[in-house]
Amino acid sequence: MRKLLLLLTVITVGLLFIARLFYLQVYNEKAYSLYEDNAIRKVYNYPKRGYVYDRSGKLLVANQPSYDVMVIPREVGALDTLEFCSLLKITKEDFKRIYEKAYKYSPRLPSVFVPQLSKNDYAVLQEKMRKFDGFYIQKRSLRDYQTTIGANVLGDIGEVNRRIIEKYPYYKMGDLIGKQGVELSYEDVLRGVKGIKFIQKDRFNKNIGPYKEGKFDTLPQPGKDITITIDSELQQYGELLMTNKRGGIVALDPSNGEILALVTGPSYNPNILVGRGRSKNFTKLFRDSIAKPLFDRGLQAQYPPGSPFKVINALIALQEGVVDTNEKFTCRMGYYYGSRKLTGCHHHKSPVNMNKGISQSCNAYFVNVYRRIVDKYDDAGDAMNKWSDHAKSFGLGNFLGYDLQVGRPGRIPDGNYYDRAYGDNRWGSTYTVSNAIGQGEVEATPIQLANMAAAIGNRGYYYTPHIIKEIEGDTIPSKYTTPKHTTIDKRHFEPVVQGMFDVYNEGTASTLRIPGIEICGKTGTAENFMKIDGVKTQLTDHSIFVAFAPKDNPKIAIAIFVENGYWGSRFAGRMASLMIEKYLKGDITRTDMENWILTHSLENEYAKPYSGEPFKINKETTLQVVEKVQAPKNNEFNNDSSINPNQ
Amino acid sequence: MNRENHRGFKFDWVIIIIFLLLVTFGWLNIMSASHVGEIESYFDMSLPYGKHLVFLGLTFVLIVLILSIEAKFYERFASIIYIVAMLALVGLFIFGKDVNGARSWYGIGSMTLQPSEFAKFATALAVAKYMSDLQTDMNTLKHQLRAVAIIILPAILILLQNDAGSTLVYASFFFVFYREGLQQIYLAIVLSTIVLAVLALKFGILPTAIVAAIIVFGIYFFRRKKRASLIQSVVILLICISFSSGVKVFYEHVLKPHQQNRISLWLRLEKDPLKLEKMKKEEAYNLIQSEKAISSGGFSGKGFLEGTRTTGKFVPEQHTDYIFSTVGEEWGFLGTTFVVILFVVLIIRILFLAESQKSQFSRVYGYAVASILFIHFTINTGMVMGLIPTVGIPLPFFSYGGSGLWGFTILLFIFVKLDSNKINEW
Repeated sequence: MRKLLLLLTVITVGLLFIARLFYLQVYNEKAYSLYEDNAIRKVYNYPKRGYVYDRSGKLLVANQPSYDVMVIPREVGALDTLEFCSLLKITKEDFKRIYEKAYKYSPRLPSVFVPQLSKNDYAVLQEKMRKFDGFYIQKRSLRDYQTTIGANVLGDIGEVNRRIIEKYPYYKMGDLIGKQGVELSYEDVLRGVKGIKFIQKDRFNKNIGPYKEGKFDTLPQPGKDITITIDSELQQYGELLMTNKRGGIVALDPSNGEILALVTGPSYNPNILVGRGRSKNFTKLFRDSIAKPLFDRGLQAQYPPGSPFKVINALIALQEGVVDTNEKFTCRMGYYYGSRKLTGCHHHKSPVNMNKGISQSCNAYFVNVYRRIVDKYDDAGDAMNKWSDHAKSFGLGNFLGYDLQVGRPGRIPDGNYYDRAYGDNRWGSTYTVSNAIGQGEVEATPIQLANMAAAIGNRGYYYTPHIIKEIEGDTIPSKYTTPKHTTIDKRHFEPVVQGMFDVYNEGTASTLRIPGIEICGKTGTAENFMKIDGVKTQLTDHSIFVAFAPKDNPKIAIAIFVENGYWGSRFAGRMASLMIEKYLKGDITRTDMENWILTHSLENEYAKPYSGEPFKINKETTLQVVEKVQAPKNNEFNNDSSINPNQ
Repeated sequence: MNRENHRGFKFDWVIIIIFLLLVTFGWLNIMSASHVGEIESYFDMSLPYGKHLVFLGLTFVLIVLILSIEAKFYERFASIIYIVAMLALVGLFIFGKDVNGARSWYGIGSMTLQPSEFAKFATALAVAKYMSDLQTDMNTLKHQLRAVAIIILPAILILLQNDAGSTLVYASFFFVFYREGLQQIYLAIVLSTIVLAVLALKFGILPTAIVAAIIVFGIYFFRRKKRASLIQSVVILLICISFSSGVKVFYEHVLKPHQQNRISLWLRLEKDPLKLEKMKKEEAYNLIQSEKAISSGGFSGKGFLEGTRTTGKFVPEQHTDYIFSTVGEEWGFLGTTFVVILFVVLIIRILFLAESQKSQFSRVYGYAVASILFIHFTINTGMVMGLIPTVGIPLPFFSYGGSGLWGFTILLFIFVKLDSNKINEW
C-alpha cells in the first residue's frame, strides 16, 4: 500500500491531464482556420465595385472616393481642438463624445472619428492633418450616381449588419453590401472578391510581418460591370410624368422580357443615400408611411386589376370553346341575374360581340362569358381550377421570377379557394362574377399586368421580365432567354388583340391615339378602400392602363397604375400613350397632353384621408392644377452644387 | 539486456532515452517560443534557444562526470553537498541578484546561476542519507522532526528569497517519508488538510464544519471495534473547525493580493462579473493566453515553428514556465499527450527501479527523485492547462534555463549512477 501511493497518484494525474488536454484541444476546439486566428491580422483589399450602365451604354452608377477621419486614441497628442472641430464641422461636445466612445472601444485600435467627409472638407483637412497626432484619413469607395433617376431600380449600398455577417462570413464589419435594387440582386457580380493579406501580430497588436511571407495572401478581383435593360430616357420621362402622383409604370420589351422602365412614384434622388446623410435620409424615407417612397409600386402594389383582366377571360373563353367571337350579349346597363343586378355597366351600344365587348369594356358581356367558363363543367371547382390555370399561365397569381428582390405574388383564386370560403360545392359562377371584370378576388401587380400585355402582344408567350442585360464577361441566366408559353392557342389571340386595338380606335381610349402607331390597350378602373378610424371608406378609384405597341411584333408592353386617378384613360391612359410615343418615336408630338399630365397633381387627393374631415370621391372631386413640372437637365447630375448629399 | 556482461549497458537506458527525448523536444519548443523572424543559426547566442543549446552541451559533460564518479561518493558526501547547497542559498542574501522581485540568482559575468535548483538534489541526498541511517526510525516523532528539519531549512531559505513556487517542491518529500514508514495518520491529516482548506475557501466555514461533523461522528458511530472516545472525536472536530477558520484568515490576511487572486480564480470564488473581469485581466492574462494557445493547436497542432500565437509571443514567459503551451499549439493533442506520457513513464520507471534497490539510501533517493519530478511536472503542466493556480516553477528538462536543466540532470543521473551500482550492493 505504501509503495502504491505515489504510483497511483502519478497515473491518476497523468490520466487527468490527458483528459483535460483532450477537452481543450479536441473536444472543445473547432478545426483551425487562419481567418479565425486572433494572432493573425487580416487586412482586406477592397476591389472596385462594378459600374452600372443603361441599355444604351450610358453610365448610371460609378464610384467615388470618400474619406473617413480615423483616430487611434492612445496616440492622440495635444492639439488645437477648436481648429480641429471647425475643420470637421463638429462641436466641441461632439469631439469629446466621439473621442470617449472611441477610447472605450479600444485605446489601441483605430475607430472612425468622422465618417465620409465631403471632397471639399477633405481637401482643406488634408493639408493640416500633420498637426493632429493620432488622427489619420482613410479612403473608402462609395457609389457615385451619374443620374437622379431610378432610385428604386439602381438601389443603394450600405454597411452590412450583424445578421448578414453571421449568414455570409465573406462580409466583415464595415463592409458595404447592396441593400436594394440591382445593387442587391447583382451584389455577387458587382462587388468582386476582396483580396486579403495575413499579417502576424504580437500580443500588443503590433504587426510583426507578413504571415509566411504572404503565401496565403490573395489579390482583389474587381467587380464586373453590368448593363441593365432600363432605357434611362424613358425611365426619366416616366418619373417626370409620375411627379405629384402615386403609382407605378412598368414598360417591357415583349420580344425579350427586358424591363425598359420601372417607375414608382413618389421616388427619391438616389444621391441622398450616399455619404454622411445616408442614415438620416434613409430613416426619413423609411418612416414615411403615407407616401412610402421605398415601396416600389411597379413591383409591390397589388390591386384588383379591373378591366384589363377582361381580355384574359375572353382568351380563356375562346380556348375553352364556350363562346364564339361573333356571339352577342345584351347589356342593360349591367348584368341581371333574375331580377337582381349583379354588376353595373356604363352607357354603350347593345348588344355587343367580343370585339365591342373589349373595346367598350362591357361588364355584362364578360359576366356572361365568365359564367359560361365556370358553368362548362358540372363541378364549379374543376372549372375554376381550369380557369385559374389558364390565367396563371400569363404569369399572374404567382411571383414572376424577375431579378429584383421585392414583389408580390398577386392572386388568382382557384376551386379550393372558394371551397374554403363557401364550403365544398356550396358555390357557383354567380358567387364569383367579380372575377369576370377583374375585381373581387383577382389581384395583380403592375409588372404582372405589363407581362400579361407582353404575352398577349406576342400571341401566346412571354419572356420572364428581367433587369439585367449584360454582365461583363458572363452571360445572363437562361431563364430570361427561354420563352414561357401560355395555355391559350395562338389563333385565339387575333380577335382579342383586335379588340384591344379598337379600344384606341373607337373605344374607351380613342382620345389617346398616337398618329402613326398602332396601339392595343385596355383601360381599367379599380375601386379601393381604406380604413379611416376603423371605418372602411371608399376612396377615389385607381386609374389603370395596360397596353402594347405596335399591334404586330410589339416593341413595348406597358402597365400603368395611378393611385386615385379615377378612371383608366384619365391619368394612366394618357401616361401610357406618352410613354409609348417617347419610346417608339423619341419625341412627344402631343405637348398639350404632356402639359396636362405635368400640370395636374393628385397630392390633395392623397391628403384627403388624413385631413380628419369627411371628403368626396370620384365624380365630386376636382383636379388640382399645379405649375408645370420641369425636367431636370442632363448635365445637372454631375454638378456638386446642385446635389449636396450632406444637406 | 544483459547488464552484468556489458559495462556499457549497466545504466538504465529507458531513463536515458526518455531524458534525451525530453531535452531534445524541449529544445525544439524553446526554439519555437523564442525565435525572432527567420532562424539564421542554431547557435545564435543572443537568443534563448542558442544559449540553451550550449547549456545542453554542458549538460552532457556533467552527465559523464556524474556517471564516472564512484557511486559511494554520493552517499558519503551527501551531508557536505547539503551543507554547501545551504550555504549557497544563505549567500544569496549577501551576494544575490534581484530578478523579477526574487533574490534567487548569482550573477557571474553575463551568466546567472540559481542555487535553489541545485538545493533540490542536495536535499534529496541528505534526506536519503539520514533515512538510511540504521538509527533512524521514522515511527518516532524525534526522527520525523529531524527529517522534516532537513527539508524545512532550504524551503524557508527559498521562501525568504520570494520564490514561493520552488518552496512548494519540498512538500513532495511527504511521498518519501510515507514510503519509508510514516504513520497512516499523517496521510489522513494531509488529505483532510487539503480537503478542509478547499472546502473552507470555496463554501465558507459553516458548511465545512457541518461536513466535518458528519464525517467525524459518522466514523464514531460506525467504527465499533477501535472506537475513539467521544471526547477525542469532539477534539478532532474542533481542530478541524479551527483549522478551517485559520485557512480563511490566512487567505484573507496573510496571502498577498496576487496570490489571493490566483486562488480566487482557481476556485471561482469571485462572483461579481466586473471584479472577475478585472482580476482576469490582471492575474490570469498568462493563463488565458496559454490556454488559448494550447486549444488552438487542436488535435495535431499547427506544426513546428508554425504556431501563430507562439510566433506572435502572445504567451509571456513562454520559453520558461509556459513552454508546455508551445507544445500544445504546434504539436497539438498528439504532442501534449506524448509529453505527458513521457513524464509518467519516466516517473514510474524511477519508482520501479527505486523499489528494486538493495540499499535503502538508493531507494530513498530514487523515491525523492520521482517525487520531485512528479511535483514539478504536475504543478507546471497543471498550471499551463489551467487546472492548478498559477505557481511559477519550471517543467523539468523542458523549460529554458541552465540552472534548472543542470539541477534536474544532476538529480536524475545521480540516481542512474546509484541504480547502475546496485549489483555491487549487498
